[in-house]
Amino acid sequence: MKAAAGLALLCIVLATSGLRAQTAAAPAPAAAAQTDLAKLDQRLTTAQSSADNAWMLMSAALVLMMTGPGLALFYGGLVRQKNTLAIMVQSFGLMALITVLWGVVGYSLCFGEGTPIIGGFRHALLRGVGVEPNADYSATIPQLTFMVYQLMFAIITPALITGATAERMTFRGTVVFMTLWSLCVYAPLAHMVWGKGGLLNAALGGRFPTLDFAGGTVVHISSGVSALVCALYLGKRTGYPKEPMPPHSLVLSFIGACLLWVGWFGFNAGSALASNGLAASAFVATHFAAAAATIGWLAAEWVTRGRPSALGAISGAVAGLVAITPASGFVTPMPALVIGLSAGVGCFVMVTIAKARFGYDDALDAFGVHGAGGTIGALLTGVFATQAVNPIFHDAQGRALPVGLLDGNGAQIGYQLVGIAAAWAFALVGSVVLLKITDLVVGVRVTEDQEIEGLDLTEHGEEAYNLEM
Amino acid sequence: MKLIKAIVRPNKVDDVKDALGRVSLPGMTVTEVRGHGKQKGHTAIYRGKEYDVSLLPKMEIEVVVPDNLVDEAVAAIITAARTGEIGDGRVFVIPVEQSYRIRTGERSDI
Repeated sequence: MKAAAGLALLCIVLATSGLRAQTAAAPAPAAAAQTDLAKLDQRLTTAQSSADNAWMLMSAALVLMMTGPGLALFYGGLVRQKNTLAIMVQSFGLMALITVLWGVVGYSLCFGEGTPIIGGFRHALLRGVGVEPNADYSATIPQLTFMVYQLMFAIITPALITGATAERMTFRGTVVFMTLWSLCVYAPLAHMVWGKGGLLNAALGGRFPTLDFAGGTVVHISSGVSALVCALYLGKRTGYPKEPMPPHSLVLSFIGACLLWVGWFGFNAGSALASNGLAASAFVATHFAAAAATIGWLAAEWVTRGRPSALGAISGAVAGLVAITPASGFVTPMPALVIGLSAGVGCFVMVTIAKARFGYDDALDAFGVHGAGGTIGALLTGVFATQAVNPIFHDAQGRALPVGLLDGNGAQIGYQLVGIAAAWAFALVGSVVLLKITDLVVGVRVTEDQEIEGLDLTEHGEEAYNLEM
Repeated sequence: MKLIKAIVRPNKVDDVKDALGRVSLPGMTVTEVRGHGKQKGHTAIYRGKEYDVSLLPKMEIEVVVPDNLVDEAVAAIITAARTGEIGDGRVFVIPVEQSYRIRTGERSDI
């Protein structure tokens, strides 16, 4: 496409220069050619920037759509009727809260230059973030676009955790915990994996190059593992597991899951940060993995329980999308199918068998899907990543080096394990400490009476459904 | 004067209503209820967690009839609501002592 655009521009330039030669006094031919080439170069840059910027703004909007309404509906349908608004407003509240934090200091801590662990304050209050590209990350789009795109990731990550705290965490506790978590867990992890000079950054010379295209460690392991910590710290919901707590509307969850699937194209293909072949590759890998995981979960359910379910289908799709996230910009479509299938079956086992065995109350399976799926995906990225898709490693002469295990780079498995361990450790320790602080300051769990009456009424003073007979 | 209380399958309500209309009984009250008799419920599974759905939705039809129409009304309900499978429901006949019409305040026979 670039070649075609270039050709077209070349024709225009040649045509206009021809005209000028006829109408004006001819300048020295060499100098004229020089000027025209510079102009052509300028126009090419502008054209590419326009294309990339259009796609990236679209992607940013798609990723925001994953939180609201995608995740809000997905989780909203899974809770009991009396807690519907409470869980939805947590997602929506985070859209507002994280945006403000991001502008003040979040973006700078993630992507400003700093230490290998966390960024500095260079871009605090969005200083120096304008229409000029930040060449370290994306040379063809305004840094404003890059900043707002990354913001959408920072929003959905804490929102994922609310799946584990559902139906029993106070709203004020959620606000305080998520604020601290975004700054103390998300920011360092995002900086380590994606920030310039980050410890785990594979593209910009980190000490332990971990492959994470769109957030398997930063988004899914971090939120999933923190979700497990939250579920354990908060304790079980009153009545769990004896009382029935079935989802109150799988129709809402179904719509939410479909929006997540579509939004994920912005999440993964957008992570190419350009409208190029890599984006196309990530788009296809994402879609294939979701399909395979849907089949994997349904098949596992059909074999072990005798019936395939709608909830199983949508849960499988989300598990596949989670697992392909770190791999999406590194693998071809067939390995994407394998990754999806593994995640579909693996996450099914986690939420049905492992959860029952260990007895923790991860209400909406944030750990079972995001923690487990993220870990499976991050590991398999190290197996299937290939230079044919993304020549991310080079030798001194600039020649592409093998990327994953099957590509001939066995050491990558080790680096993936380092990245996984770092994400697990940060999420585990960070969440325990921050929950303790939050608990001491504002309290994290509602009273039993509030829980029985429902969080919609007791925390927010409203009900989701006021239906007339 | 008797109160006939029939608990029937939800999809049989219209048939019962028509049948009672043919017995010249225009008035009735219908309520959504849940319950079980011999009919077993079924199992729902959400992400591997099983729930017994033992209370199934039924419709309760209440109709007050003069003594001479009781047998005919009961027969009409049974014929209309029967499928022959477990879960068809029950009919109860209960004596009614008095009846008043709210609009006029008069005591009435029905």
